[in-house]
Amino acid sequence: MAKDIERYNESDRVNHWVIAITFVLAALSGLAFFHPSFYFLTNLFGGGPWTRILHPFIGLIMFFAFVSMAFRFAHHNKMTDSDKQWLSQWRDAANNEEHKLPPVGRYNGGQKVLFWVMVACMAILFATGLLFWQPWFAGNQPIWLVRAATLLHAVSALVLIIGVMVHIYAAIWVKGTMRGMMQGTVTDKWAKKHHPLWHKEMSEK
Amino acid sequence: MTMQTSMDVTRRSATTTPSSSIRETPKVAKLIDESKCIGCKACQVACQEWNDLKEDIGMNVGVYDNPADLTASSWTLMRFAEVENETRLDWLIRKDGCMHCADPGCLKACPSPGAIVQYANGIVDFKQENCIGCGYCVTGCPFDIPRISKKDSKAYKCTLCSDRVSVGLEPACVKTCPTGAIVFGGKDEMVAYGEKRAGELKERGYQKAALYNPAGVGGTHVMYVLRHGDKPQEYSGLPADPKVSPMVSLWKGIAKPLGVAAMGLTALFAFLHYVRVGPNDAEVDNDKH
Repeated sequence: MAKDIERYNESDRVNHWVIAITFVLAALSGLAFFHPSFYFLTNLFGGGPWTRILHPFIGLIMFFAFVSMAFRFAHHNKMTDSDKQWLSQWRDAANNEEHKLPPVGRYNGGQKVLFWVMVACMAILFATGLLFWQPWFAGNQPIWLVRAATLLHAVSALVLIIGVMVHIYAAIWVKGTMRGMMQGTVTDKWAKKHHPLWHKEMSEK
Repeated sequence: MTMQTSMDVTRRSATTTPSSSIRETPKVAKLIDESKCIGCKACQVACQEWNDLKEDIGMNVGVYDNPADLTASSWTLMRFAEVENETRLDWLIRKDGCMHCADPGCLKACPSPGAIVQYANGIVDFKQENCIGCGYCVTGCPFDIPRISKKDSKAYKCTLCSDRVSVGLEPACVKTCPTGAIVFGGKDEMVAYGEKRAGELKERGYQKAALYNPAGVGGTHVMYVLRHGDKPQEYSGLPADPKVSPMVSLWKGIAKPLGVAAMGLTALFAFLHYVRVGPNDAEVDNDKH
């Protein structure tokens, strides 16, 4: 039987899960303020004022943990012509017809797009969030800037939440993926099927 | 106002179903006739006294405005503007405070159910026990009125003395005004009176005198009679055509249902994808060939 391949080391995994946990908390507390139908979520954080107090600090932890992960993985996420070809054939990927796709390295085109969308969303969330953080910074900005920041914060949060939903679903859909981020290893077959170029690279080591 | 009043609430922040709207309470309004105002600040004192507010002792900043701006404990403020016109200097005094918009931007922006309410009589009131201190009301207001307290992180502004009005009294500032520049009554009655006053001012040579009851926010329950009705900005920046910012309308309007729908549909599509296409499992090679 072929040996398992390490995909994420301990430090990568801890970093990822710190982001994941703080993301869930930030999303739940933020959604509470976005739509009245989610306001009940403030009960998870000790009521409205506590949710308002905690949300920015949770967001800060998420942001800095994400910066660390972005630096770890950015060099794996450079877009190539092969990735663009992969993206143009996204229907084949969605239909479990991976053999029709150009061979994939450590990450496929879809994963790379998601990575950069997350980088953009996190940067916008951080910058705009600071601008209307009560009671620290909100009073120091012209009101048009606070309004623009609040709107952009909500839009980028929605894009990020939808992006993460796609990310989570992909891990459920493509079996054997989750253990890569839990235990750190994936099976030889998994790597060969989904990331053949990366598999080759790892086998040659 | 944190205390309960007997008045019907017809609009409630962060609430998507209608509030009680059976009883047809007459709308009220306060009219501030700027041409009669002498800038004595008795209204500021009456407001502090009735509402048990105490402003910090400040510094003289070289103008008559005292304090320099509205604060969480100064809900009304006389603003003094010196405006040079062709022939003379106008000293324009305006009593600033919440305008009690018929379509309040603060209420639209507020994420906390019941932290901002509008009574059937038109008064817009902040309920501090439900306020979470997020400051969204500040972004919603076209008149720059709400202030977040540094002491308790709650938003405050003029209540139009909702406690007094609920028992048939006029607001404290109206009660105290020595020149009769501030009057209070039914909205229609006040509009009629304001228009009559503007007409009188026109006869006296103020050709542009007008009632300020801006349509962009659905009209207001605090109105002004302005001698220079064509230039409200001259009165310490009173907006000529106040509207809830389009950015706030977008964020608290269409973005809310669209955002929730987009998230719900993403989850639904993901689930249906799994149901239709099934798992992608490298261990059992189910790649369709």
